[in-house]
Amino acid sequence: MAKKLPKTDVVIVGVGWGGGIIASELTKQGLKVVGLEKGQERETEDYYMAHDELRYAVRYELMQDLSKETITFRGNEKMRALPMRQYGSFLFGDGVGGAGVHWNGQTFRFLPYDFEIRSKTIERYGKGKIPADMTIQDWGITYDEIEPYYDKFEKMAGISGEENPLGGKRSDKYPTGPMLHSPQMKMFKEATEKLKYHPYTIPSANLSEPYKNPDGISRAACQYCAFCERFGCEYGAKADPVVTVIPVAKNTGKFDLRTHSWVRRVLHKDGKATGVLYTDLTTGEEIEQPADMVVLTSYVFNNVKLLLNSKIGRPYDPASGKGVIGKNYAYQIIKGAATGFFENKKFNNFAGAGALGMVIDDFNGDNFDHSNVNFLHGGYLSLTQTGKRPIQTNPIPSDSATWGKEFKQNSLKYINRTLSIGAMGASLPYKQHYLDLDPMYKDAFGDPLIRMTYGFRDQDKELAKFTATKAKEILQEMGADKIDAMDELGPYDITTYQSTHNTGGAIMGADPETSAVNNYSQMWDMENLFVVGASSFPHNSGYNPTDTVGALAYRAAEGVVKYSKDGGLLTS
Amino acid sequence: MAEDNNKEKIDQESLSRRKFLRNSGFAVGGLAVGGVLGSVIPWGTDEKEPQQAANETKNYNHALMNFNQVEFQTVEAATERIFPEDENGPGAQALGVAFYIDHQLAGSYGFNARDYMNPPFFHGEKTQGYQGRLKRREIFKIGIREMQNYSHSKYKKGFTDLTADEQDTVLADFADDKVNITTVSASGFFNLLRSMTLEGVYSDPLYGGNKDMQGWKLRDYPGDQMNYTQVIESEEFQQIEPRSLRDHM
Repeated sequence: MAKKLPKTDVVIVGVGWGGGIIASELTKQGLKVVGLEKGQERETEDYYMAHDELRYAVRYELMQDLSKETITFRGNEKMRALPMRQYGSFLFGDGVGGAGVHWNGQTFRFLPYDFEIRSKTIERYGKGKIPADMTIQDWGITYDEIEPYYDKFEKMAGISGEENPLGGKRSDKYPTGPMLHSPQMKMFKEATEKLKYHPYTIPSANLSEPYKNPDGISRAACQYCAFCERFGCEYGAKADPVVTVIPVAKNTGKFDLRTHSWVRRVLHKDGKATGVLYTDLTTGEEIEQPADMVVLTSYVFNNVKLLLNSKIGRPYDPASGKGVIGKNYAYQIIKGAATGFFENKKFNNFAGAGALGMVIDDFNGDNFDHSNVNFLHGGYLSLTQTGKRPIQTNPIPSDSATWGKEFKQNSLKYINRTLSIGAMGASLPYKQHYLDLDPMYKDAFGDPLIRMTYGFRDQDKELAKFTATKAKEILQEMGADKIDAMDELGPYDITTYQSTHNTGGAIMGADPETSAVNNYSQMWDMENLFVVGASSFPHNSGYNPTDTVGALAYRAAEGVVKYSKDGGLLTS
Repeated sequence: MAEDNNKEKIDQESLSRRKFLRNSGFAVGGLAVGGVLGSVIPWGTDEKEPQQAANETKNYNHALMNFNQVEFQTVEAATERIFPEDENGPGAQALGVAFYIDHQLAGSYGFNARDYMNPPFFHGEKTQGYQGRLKRREIFKIGIREMQNYSHSKYKKGFTDLTADEQDTVLADFADDKVNITTVSASGFFNLLRSMTLEGVYSDPLYGGNKDMQGWKLRDYPGDQMNYTQVIESEEFQQIEPRSLRDHM
């Protein structure tokens, strides 16, 4: 029998950005919150020896231990799904702060087009433009409605930036100014301006200057040390839940954060959540934590896994397209990129910051006419300077040997003579792309793993080719002597790192028939259960997702508070 | 039933593995002179030894946790071909890469401690990633033996006795899956060897490779610096003396 603890107002599962924001907002309002996190404690002091590429970037020090839990993957329904036994395509954050510890800090708003993607696509191009099995749908919230929450997240995190000339309307400017510009960034800016595009500095969660946020939290400025993605920031300059929202929650005295606590089930009775069942990983003890409200704030896959293993909501059926839990899994199309080789230049490529770079949105969303292309949406094109670390960055021309004398020669020569233009391609959902429970493989507790069924489609291949061509054009304008651009996207491959921008599975919308949660992230089928995170994205845009995750978390927090007072399904 | 078919496949695999172990025992027998004596007699470095001892403090880290002597020498020779000494500077051998690999395989990475290693094991598509039951340290042990066997069958000599060009041919045949073996994937082993070579060249010297940060110096990489605020806007390339994690102690 599980040990039963006294009831709390709210229990949250997973303490990263979503959980941290919910905890800080709710405890500020006087609610008692228990936070359950399966990983360990983390603090800035842990990162004294953080500039260690092998330990953090190659051996995944901050990531979840796959021996305990992973997912299974297949490219289509005819294949047998097999476990992702080692990391590759994406990474699972772990511990307090979650993925908010190891991110780069690139903090973009989605476009107004994103939130009404189906309506606006039909309006401009007609219904025939949308492929029959592409399941894009409106989000049940508009850009104008989500805007105040973006603003709130950006002020909490101290985002450094300048206005996107092609973005949605802002109610206020970024709280801190843009990051410094390196010569590489200036080259990109000049070239894209010549091409009549609209460059701007990447909005950055690596602070450009010291900043005190509305919660009274002060943080230091970024030192451009070049260890961001996959690393923790020893300066606290990179916005991370551990140095922003979690201390705010803790200071209220109402936040009970329990690490090493692995939640296995959401408990429920008569259509209402009653709490969660978890295991204390340090003792093996099973514990029941009763609560008036439950908020799932773990990563995409785990949110969906908990719902399915707890038998909550209607599981998605790809044959009929009915059901919602697991529906609209989407990703990010980033391979449509190009690298330029500059024989007579030498750049300080070793220096940088996770969110240092320039970007254009001229080919993102519906900012350009899609009448003559065979895909929808698009992506941003950017030049980032995140710091080229030596184990993982060895740029060589495509016709070069990959080992031996020639490889050594070329990799040494080109490391500081190459620049890359990347693309953040949107990923649109298909009827056949979904998450469900694997019939064979289990986690450390014997619970079924999440099974992902996902592959690249013509939409993705066309989009990637398009962004690769644009990337090449920009590098030409920048004066590259030789350019290697992606030719063909190829099949989705889970072994090579692409992006930890996994989305969907418990999507939001205005209609309970086609979505799992409303625009407060409240479950249609269980009103005292909120499911927060990128799991609620009906598709993934041509941007990094964290700003939108943060904005939706602030809105969800408002919803939980409302629900705690009035109850019932919330309406906007 | 699909599951049953698969079980058969697995049984076949373990059969061929047993067969391999038998065969390779025989093949390694052909190596006996190089192998056994090699573990007692230092290979090829006799002349350098006294000089080194006089000039340098003894590096107590340079001993073996995982490989035997023959395995170590094979890995040292192979990694030197992957990242050879040239006019730019030292190669894998001088940078201590084989010691790095030995030490890594003796720890959690060699035991795949943080990988999902639960059965059942099925053959998958390439896009699904590694699906074998062998751990990295086992892949290395078998891969090295297969490289020796292949060297013997092709050149009648062990890998370390081959010319550099012959060694390159053996490695290229592994890289391109031209070697007909059933125990491990030839290219899979090569890719692991290649990626661990780069790790040994470029990881912090704390791990046993990248001797005296010479790997970093090859590419003007400053290692572990706390701050590049003054560098970011510079139009000129900045030559910065590297620092390692040791400087933080």
